[in-house]
Amino acid sequence: MTAKSTPAGGTAVVRAFFWLPRSARAGALILVVLVIVTLLAPLIAPHDPNAIDPTHVLAAPDLGHPFGADALGRDVFSRTVYALRTSLAIVFASVAVASLAALPLGTAAGYFGGWVDQVISRPLDMLLVLPALLLAITLIAIVGPGSIVAALAIALIYLPILARVQRAASLVVAHAGFVEGGRARGWSSLAVLRRHVVPNALGPLLVQAAILAGFAVQIEASLSFLGLGTQPPTPSLGLMLSEGRDVLTQAPWVEIFPGLAIAVIVLAFNLLGDGLRHRLDPQGMAS
Amino acid sequence: MNPRLLFVLRRLGLTIPVLFVMSVVIFLIIRLVPGDPVRTMLGFRATPESIAQVRAQLHLDDPLWVQYRDWLAGLLHGDFGQDFVSKAPLSELLAQRVPVTLEITLLSMLLAVAVGVPLGVRAAVGGRWARRLTEGFVVFGISVPDFWLGIMLVLVCAGTMMWLPPSGYVPFTEDPGGNLTYMILPVLTLAVAEAAYIIRTTRGAMLGVIGRPFIVYLRAKGTRERSIVYRHALRNAATPIATVIGIQFGVLLGGAIVVETLFALPGVGRLIVTAINQRNYPVVQAGLLVVATLFILVSLITDLVVGFIDPQVSDRGES
Repeated sequence: MTAKSTPAGGTAVVRAFFWLPRSARAGALILVVLVIVTLLAPLIAPHDPNAIDPTHVLAAPDLGHPFGADALGRDVFSRTVYALRTSLAIVFASVAVASLAALPLGTAAGYFGGWVDQVISRPLDMLLVLPALLLAITLIAIVGPGSIVAALAIALIYLPILARVQRAASLVVAHAGFVEGGRARGWSSLAVLRRHVVPNALGPLLVQAAILAGFAVQIEASLSFLGLGTQPPTPSLGLMLSEGRDVLTQAPWVEIFPGLAIAVIVLAFNLLGDGLRHRLDPQGMAS
Repeated sequence: MNPRLLFVLRRLGLTIPVLFVMSVVIFLIIRLVPGDPVRTMLGFRATPESIAQVRAQLHLDDPLWVQYRDWLAGLLHGDFGQDFVSKAPLSELLAQRVPVTLEITLLSMLLAVAVGVPLGVRAAVGGRWARRLTEGFVVFGISVPDFWLGIMLVLVCAGTMMWLPPSGYVPFTEDPGGNLTYMILPVLTLAVAEAAYIIRTTRGAMLGVIGRPFIVYLRAKGTRERSIVYRHALRNAATPIATVIGIQFGVLLGGAIVVETLFALPGVGRLIVTAINQRNYPVVQAGLLVVATLFILVSLITDLVVGFIDPQVSDRGES
């Protein structure tokens, strides 16, 4: 709609949006809506997410409680909105931390190669000797459960994956003519990296980060479901699923809506990631 | 030397340092707990005497390398240490728990391969509807969190319809039929996402092979389409499929932790989660060690299988 009213040019955001393939636009739209919903959570949620209401215990969905109420009479819709806030915050934090760490590490490993590559890549490979969820659980076993630990655990899982992608992309760019040109002009390594390598090697990292962000929601929910992530009373999608299990047959709505919310986020990130892949990573370096 | 044998030896050689690093990491877990792990384990029961006693029992006062040496020597003799709460030897506990986890993961993988490979082939060579339906299934399988799917299955199959038990377990040796009945929902829960990944990979690999000249030649020769697809094309697409099966096995081991908790199955995953909540560090270590070893062995087997079905891989390893 906005693009039609500004046919010539428009803002950078609108142009970026229409530069995406159509399915990725859907993913981006869903995510924008979800982010707005979580930012405006106090305005959108009709009830306090932690307000206990004995008169509405396990109440079925109606106008006042669109997603029903849980075993303590808390409004499931309000709790889902606030839980989305927790989940998205953990996801963005973990993916941002992992990407910001992977960017210099992967770029240096790919561009310099040799012993620099060995010193950076070998220790990161060691993180891959455990299955992802188990690596997270190991960290939590050491530090103890909590939201911040869960975010760090997810970042730790993603760091070696993202660094590997960035390394592969930098390796390709490092041998390009224009990088050679920068060096021939007598630029410092840092200048070549900043002006030529990083801007041209960033695509696969962005694609991989978008895809991993979706799965971060699932990992966070799994950890909270096991009681190892976000702790009550903070609303979290995984915790809601764990609480809803006990009242599954009497009040399935307590269980259904938080799960659907997770599925929608994962789907949106996947659509966005696949679309970005078509545009930014035609050689398929991100997995 | 025989290049295949050399490839196998080389790959085995690579596994040893990985196992070593993994064992060091897991050995260090209890030592990395902030503060005094023994105080955390004992909680309110902690007195200076009991702390000193447990520290001595766990050999925490020895030099670190001595502790590691003794721990490793114990492991090699099948001694995994003692459960901190029940005082039972962990080797017995693990002997009961590991088969459960293996049963769930192997059955899920079998189901996922049995469904995923044929559907992936149909998605590549079938008509528009086959393509659309499988694409829909892939999106569904990848997006839906596995444990939520499990809960929905419980709601439909066990709650509303009363077809299947919602949770529980009997050993296969006691009641084979009952054991498999309890396995249906957990295995379905894990297999859906696995099947989705296998479909996606199979489809991609098949599309890569179908356009090659030797397939055109077979068509021109008049070979039956069925034989072209399943005998010639699928064999040439086997490498990426085998690779993704190996990778997904690791994901399954992680997923088993959640699914075991969900369906109250006495596997290693549930053991680890319970032990973390009880601060029962010896059990956490032993459980993580077993799962990580399984994971490393599976990647080893995957690489060997891929090396054997695709000689290019094993030959490359030789140079």
